[in-house]
Amino acid sequence: MKVENEIMTSPQEDLGSGVSRRRFFTVAGIGLLAASTIASCKKDDGPIITDNSIDLGSGDIGILNYAYALEQLEAAFYTKVAASFYTGATATEMARLTEIRDHEIAHREFFKNALGSKAIPALEVNFAAINFTNRDSVLSTAKAFEDLGVSAYNGAGKLIVSADYLLLAGKIVSVEARHAAYIRDIISNGSFADSTTVDVNGLDMAKMPNDVLAIAGTYLKSKVTAKNLPTS
Amino acid sequence: MNFGNILNEIEKVDPEVFEKTSPRRDIFKSFGSKVAVAALPLALGSMFKKAYGKTTADVISVLNFALTLEYLEAKFYNTALLNAALFPNATAKGAIQTIANHENAHVAFLKTAISSSGGTPVAEPVFDFTAKGTFPVVFTDYATFLAVAQTFEDTGVRAYKGQAGNLMTNNDVLTAALQIHSVEARHASHIRQMRKANGFGDVKPWITGNDSGIASSAVQPSYNGEEVTSQAGIGIVGINGMAINTAAATEAFDEPLTEAQVLAIVTPFIV
Repeated sequence: MKVENEIMTSPQEDLGSGVSRRRFFTVAGIGLLAASTIASCKKDDGPIITDNSIDLGSGDIGILNYAYALEQLEAAFYTKVAASFYTGATATEMARLTEIRDHEIAHREFFKNALGSKAIPALEVNFAAINFTNRDSVLSTAKAFEDLGVSAYNGAGKLIVSADYLLLAGKIVSVEARHAAYIRDIISNGSFADSTTVDVNGLDMAKMPNDVLAIAGTYLKSKVTAKNLPTS
Repeated sequence: MNFGNILNEIEKVDPEVFEKTSPRRDIFKSFGSKVAVAALPLALGSMFKKAYGKTTADVISVLNFALTLEYLEAKFYNTALLNAALFPNATAKGAIQTIANHENAHVAFLKTAISSSGGTPVAEPVFDFTAKGTFPVVFTDYATFLAVAQTFEDTGVRAYKGQAGNLMTNNDVLTAALQIHSVEARHASHIRQMRKANGFGDVKPWITGNDSGIASSAVQPSYNGEEVTSQAGIGIVGINGMAINTAAATEAFDEPLTEAQVLAIVTPFIV
């Protein structure tokens, strides 16, 4: 694919004169985000699409696609929720769930634009197991998605090379945690940060991509793989 | 375009540039030396043993900054809980106890992290939660207490967010910081729900624009900067034709605060 702004060399190489990749990203501070799309750092870090699977890609692009995949799932879920609320939804619940939907759409579209030609395609979801007319079914799924999203971002942070991307992920994960707390509280007031998610050190969960995708995959028709993501 | 060259040219003009901007400052002397790890809860001992030699002075400095904020929050909630009359019911008190337990755990965790990395945890400051009289009834008036609690939690979220980039040289510490950061966001969400439910402020679990939802303008610095609607040059309002309004665009992303900004916010609470 054509890369308009080839200002980066492969992140696997030095940038000449012994300047390491990490030092470059730290010092330059220009980030990889041009006005609307990310300039290609490594020509082959994008997604790998086959007939029956979508691989997220590698490096920071892979991690951003990972986040994009999860936001697609959440946005699709809340779009259905808000299109026809579960029986007994209060006006306040409807207002908050509509806002959550909008936040997830904002996240999704942000990643789509930021990734540009390196974005994975739109994923096909599978919500057959969810009864959208039933409050318990909807909210337990929402809770699972939000907690999963928090654990995914917390686990992926160390895998990101660019400080700019880490900050962007950070801006999103705290909002997902606010969502998670709200959903938990309307299921059971006071459960916003209980021992099912916060450990004895006061730490929230952090999961690695393969563990997250194993769970997320149950809600996807599309087969998403993460064979080339960084592992440390 | 040869970026390697440009960076080398910068270094010729300012030889210290890489030291100043790189988190990997080689100024630590003895932090890499073997330090006996006293009994640590769960897996902490092994986690921070691996961090020897990788926990630079910069990382320890960030951890001490975080520890100061956790001391503030822990002392705040611990003090409030001594006044049973402050809370309207057991549910409210229970939520604050949950939060206090986490903050106390954070203090212990950060002290251990710093010590086992060869650093010295800062001592707990003496606090004045009235902020020199700005919040005179903070521990006797429930509305005031929750307003200050909300401010502390929202500030804590932004503070951790602002430091994540400084922890990238140590995966274990970065991950732990992220894991604390999201817990503070859960706290913030719950406190905001409590304020709304009690009619103390028209706030959502998330931050809308730069609106504190608190009558006192003293807390505004904790909310300034949250009104942005653009991320990395990408406008969020109406993005790609989606019906995302300004409120939602500002709510969808929380914004960092620098260490200096956070210290300016918390200094009035430190004697």
